[in-house]
Formats: sequence, C-alpha cells, structure tokens
Amino acid sequence: MIKDSYDVIVVGGGPGGSSAAKNLAKLGHSVLMLEKRQEIGSPKRCAEGLSMASVDVVGKGMPKRCIAKGINGAIVYAPDGNSVTVDYGKRGGYVIERKVFDKWLAYEASRAGAKVMAMTEVTDILKDGGYVTGVKASICGEEEIEIKAKVVVAADGVESTVSRKAGLETVNKLVNVDSGFQYEMSNLNLEDDEKIIIYVGNEIAPRGYIWIFPKGHDVANVGIGISMAEKSAKFYLDNFIADNPEIFGSASIIEVNSGGIPVGGFLENMVLDGFLVVGDAAHQVNPIHGGGLKEATIAGEIASKVISGCLKKGDVSKEALSDYNQIWWEERGKKLKKVEKLRHVMEKLSDGNLNMLAKALSGDALVEMTRGNKLVTLAKILMKNPRLITLARHLL
Amino acid sequence: MAWEITKERCLRCGACVSVCPVLALELRESGILNDSGKCTLCPICERVCPVGAIRVEK
Repeated sequence: MIKDSYDVIVVGGGPGGSSAAKNLAKLGHSVLMLEKRQEIGSPKRCAEGLSMASVDVVGKGMPKRCIAKGINGAIVYAPDGNSVTVDYGKRGGYVIERKVFDKWLAYEASRAGAKVMAMTEVTDILKDGGYVTGVKASICGEEEIEIKAKVVVAADGVESTVSRKAGLETVNKLVNVDSGFQYEMSNLNLEDDEKIIIYVGNEIAPRGYIWIFPKGHDVANVGIGISMAEKSAKFYLDNFIADNPEIFGSASIIEVNSGGIPVGGFLENMVLDGFLVVGDAAHQVNPIHGGGLKEATIAGEIASKVISGCLKKGDVSKEALSDYNQIWWEERGKKLKKVEKLRHVMEKLSDGNLNMLAKALSGDALVEMTRGNKLVTLAKILMKNPRLITLARHLL
Repeated sequence: MAWEITKERCLRCGACVSVCPVLALELRESGILNDSGKCTLCPICERVCPVGAIRVEK
C-alpha cells in the first residue's frame, strides 16, 4: 500500500499537514501524509471556535456535519462581574467538531491524490549528506520501515519532535507556551447558547482566560489557557467550575483535553536541506486568542507552493526552501509579531485595569474597533473616561 | 533528585516536550519519555504541564 519513496512526506495529519498534502498533490506531486494517532482529529487540542473570516480560509466547502453550532457574538466578563457583549451580526462564526472536520480535511487531501496513513509513528529522520531524505516509521506498531522523500514536511503539532530529530531548533520559551486544559461538558445552564463566553482575571486565569464555546443548547467546550501560573491549568478550571454552580451545577464531563498553546516565539528559520516545518510545530498561532487553524492552513499553502517550485527546479536545498521563510514572514509573521506585542501588554494588566476597560468598552465600540475605526473609537472612549488615559499609555 | 510523571494523569498533549530546553522529553504513543541522561531537573516541564502530572525534585 505504501511506496518506497515519495516527492514529499508530511508528518502529522492535522490541518497544517492536510493543507500541505492536499495542495502538493493538486500540484501534481506524490505525497504521503502520516498520522501517529489511530484516528485523525482525535483527541482534539482545541476549543473548536472558527470565525467566518477563518471559515473562508480553512473551511471552504466544509460539509454541514463539521459544524456543531452557529455563533453570533461574544460575552466577555471582567473580574468584577461586569460584562461586555459583542454582536458579530451576520458574519458570526461556528463552533466546529474537530474530529469530523480534521477527517474531512484528510479526505480532501486523499481525494486530491495524497496517500494518508493513520496509526503510523515516525520514529526517526533519514539524512544523507546533510539533506533530510525520508523517515523511519512504524505502521500499526509493526517493525520500522524506511520511506524516502525529496522533502519532509513536519506538521507534528506543538511537541515538534520531528524538527528536533532533523536538527532544526524549535524549543519554545516557557513564557511563550500557554498551559491549556478543557472539558467538553453537557447539561450546562448556558445564558446564551449562540455566544462564546470569555472570563478574564488574574485570580481565575493568570495571564490568560477561561472560555465557554457552545456546541449545543446545553453542551460546550469549557476551557482555560494560562501562563506562568502557580498551579496547573486543571486546578484553576476546576475551581472556576466549583465557584459557578448556576452554570455547572448539573453538568457532566464528556471529554477531557489538554495542550500546550504556542503564543509567541515565531521562528526566523523554518527550513533545512530537504525539510520544512508548519503549524503549531513552528509556533504559528495567533498569540492573543491562541487559535492555530487558520495559521496552519495558510502556512501549509505557502509551503506547498514553495516546495513545488523547488521540486520542479530540482533544488530542495535550505537556500531554495527559504523562500518559505520570506513569504511566511511577509504574509503572516509581521502581523503576528505585532499581535504578540499586544499580548505582552495585555498580560500586564491588573484586574483593576481589566474592570476599567470592560466598563469603557461598550459592545458597539468593540465592533467599531474591529471594523477598523480604531482611532476614532479610542478617542471617543478616552474622552468619556479620562482615567483610561493611564491605561492607554500601556496599550499604545 | 528525581523526575516523576504520574502516567494516569498524563493526557499525552506534548506541552512539556515543546518547552524542554535540553530535548530530554519525547512524546510517543506510549506516553512521555524522559532521557534522564539529558534531563537537568530544571523544572520547566513541571510548570507548563496543564494537569500537574510531572513532579521534579532537585
């Protein structure tokens, strides 16, 4: 079923891997995508939220069965219990079912011509004369075999093991990795099952936030992402659940998820001779909300175009593949670097600052800001709330 | 001096692996492996673990 060699081997069957595999196959190359787990899409390391803007990138043509729930806005709670409601209007978003969605992406990759193999663990990287030339892999726990490739794409998630085996430095700093923990819960008492709910505050979620993403009228992903905290993410989430019996009193736990979320530390170099890294493995995640679906998909697209060009020229050296570095930094990296800076400011805000901010920002103002009228809106808010000028100094 | 993981708590999410500065940790289907020859007991993995499964004692 598996050939001895391919143009490209993609390690990891998540959205980044499927994006690279599908596009490379469409460009006429032979592609093998390997997934370590027995089932693509499971277990999820994700809150499953997808804005409409991301749907356009990630989920074009996505079947309805991938969607758990439509979302029309968000409610953000400040530490003092005051909230800001944001109405997304018609351009809302979805909470999706990653198990179904990731499989659909893999179906699409295979339909484009890529060969996909689940339960196939890459145990080592093959090298020849400094070039990565393939992988050692174990299919369904059987004895390791060698599979050759002109280029290996690492899309193996936050642990990024494959890059390290290949000799590319991807270790992230502790400050750049959020600890994530989540329960999928049922029989919840949700105040609004069409809005995502966010709770901020240094007591409940140090340097991060708690989320409720509805997947049904009484079902939701209830999770937390924190950074540099005294206790574990699970500890803070369990406390929050115990302290809010009006929501969680009768709820059950249907699934338990955890994960490290790279929220910064973008890599200047993401290529070696015959090798390239995409997605969480390359820290390609939005540092403010921790979402990586869109970033992984775009990176997979950029990577596939660059690799295809290199294969056609017969040059897969680091120098040739480094077009991927340049294009990614131009199209995504510069913007994400700015978002990372904003995150560092947000992390420094005290609970008092957060309360003040929530009072000042009405839902309309937030929407206006996201639509691009940022300075006008900010000026209006500041005129109404002179005390915020101290805060604005941190923010600008 | 010890690095310990409570396997029953570990969800094999790989958060610890992503921050290990000396590449001592590896996520395998069977669980987290620690190459104790490389491990410096720095306790960064203990701090990032979302479920408190890792304990490091110097």
